[in-house]
Amino acid sequence: MKMRSSVAVAGIAVLALFGTACGKDGSPEAKTPGGTTGGSQGAPGAPGAGKPELPSYTPKADAALTGSKTFDNAKRRGKLIVGAKEDQPFLGSKDPATGKYSGFDIEVAKMIAADLGFGPDKIEFKAIASTNRENALVNGDIDYYVGTYSITDKRKEQVSFAGPYYIAGQSLLVRKNESAITGKDTIKGKTVCSAKGSTPLQNLQSKFPDTTTRVFDTYSLCVENLLSNQVDAVSTDDAILKGYAAKDPGALKVVGEPFTVENYGVGLNKDDAVFRNAVSDALEAHEKNGDWKKAYDATLGLSGSAAPAIPALVRY
Amino acid sequence: MLEVIQDNWDLLQDGFVGTLKLTVVCGIASLLLGTLIAACRVSPVPPLRWFGAAYVNLFRNTPLTLIFFAVALGFPKLRFNFSFFQFAVIALSTYTAAFICEAIRSGINTVPIGQAEAARSLGMSFTQTLSQIVLPQAGRAAVPPIGSLLIAMVRNSAIASAFNTTELMGTSSTMIENGYKSLWVLVWIAIGYLIITLTMSALLAALEKKLAVVR
Repeated sequence: MKMRSSVAVAGIAVLALFGTACGKDGSPEAKTPGGTTGGSQGAPGAPGAGKPELPSYTPKADAALTGSKTFDNAKRRGKLIVGAKEDQPFLGSKDPATGKYSGFDIEVAKMIAADLGFGPDKIEFKAIASTNRENALVNGDIDYYVGTYSITDKRKEQVSFAGPYYIAGQSLLVRKNESAITGKDTIKGKTVCSAKGSTPLQNLQSKFPDTTTRVFDTYSLCVENLLSNQVDAVSTDDAILKGYAAKDPGALKVVGEPFTVENYGVGLNKDDAVFRNAVSDALEAHEKNGDWKKAYDATLGLSGSAAPAIPALVRY
Repeated sequence: MLEVIQDNWDLLQDGFVGTLKLTVVCGIASLLLGTLIAACRVSPVPPLRWFGAAYVNLFRNTPLTLIFFAVALGFPKLRFNFSFFQFAVIALSTYTAAFICEAIRSGINTVPIGQAEAARSLGMSFTQTLSQIVLPQAGRAAVPPIGSLLIAMVRNSAIASAFNTTELMGTSSTMIENGYKSLWVLVWIAIGYLIITLTMSALLAALEKKLAVVR
């Protein structure tokens, strides 16, 4: 009996040890994306002191489209289902506590919804992983998709796009006190992190052979490794990087001119040209009336990077 | 569907070789470690037995992803600077070894106690008894469960791609990002895994046949 209890004690001690060790190693990683977000993420929504405010949109009462299957389906169910990212701060991120989505892409989705006659309360956001975007649009699981979705010819074989609504390009995120890295010509011999399988990673590997790449599943893991000095820079589209910089402007900054061109578009079902026109109209209207700029300033603008020019829409 | 494999042959090959390397290295490492822990669990020294039990309970009940996180992100902070492939081997082998240990222990339990008693009465030490009398007989019974565990390990190795290691499953995101249809990409990857696991099953079946005795 005595021996048994000592075995149990030893077991518990070992478990406790491991538990604390894990807490040290594992949780900061998990915490940084959600944890720090919690505090600053409320900022765009809440009218903070001196912080730029998000625009508000009035849904069009008389919105009607004839011959659009997507629109008819949305009308019948009484709400729009919009695909988005859930893990990109200030672009498309989901608050784990409230389940609410926020960010620049989410604002763009709301602008479009308003002109289709759906208020913000009539939108159901659905997190769709990058690898699953085409399937979700083709199958009609979502009405449209707004989430750092680059317009490419290959993708156009399966889906269609409205936009571009934002021109992003591959750039570099570094620690605030970094002075050696100032742009793409200064990453020779450095360790640069990007997400598994992503286009920016493939660019790094093919165009910068003297740069060591580090690959993780998500950008938040890369940013965590940047903050803990394990990598020298994180590289992907500047829009995504600006989101991380906006979340932690005291520790991170985006440097250098973008060295690729990514046209972000709204992903749509390929067969619905009427719906695509309506989405293009909505984008144009809100870009002209200043909502686009306001949305940028209240989200990605917090990073300290000025708003880029609004791209001209391509209609087809 | 053929364009997937035609256009991405190099990528798929890198991934396949990566998974194969992980399979071989982790397979050997976890078999050795698992046998060692199993020896601890049946040893006459109480602290070794406690260590064995603690190891199994700890790693068998911890999600593999969590072990990967702890190793790949924790070790660099403690200044253990190995390559990420080595991190993947450490994480995957420590995890798999816990299961292999139990499979071997169940094999050991099939060996009648009289065998060990006879060995001891001949003057053999614990190490001699275990390595020359008990383990050879235990191995025979443990081969089928170990085979299942090794096949599970091959599939578990997919997690390594999230931590800077090239392996088969990780190549899917590159191909899908480049616009290939995910269904066909995944079909080819599944075929890649099947090549590895079916070969392994065949080898294990042959081993089982070789070890079998007429009872």
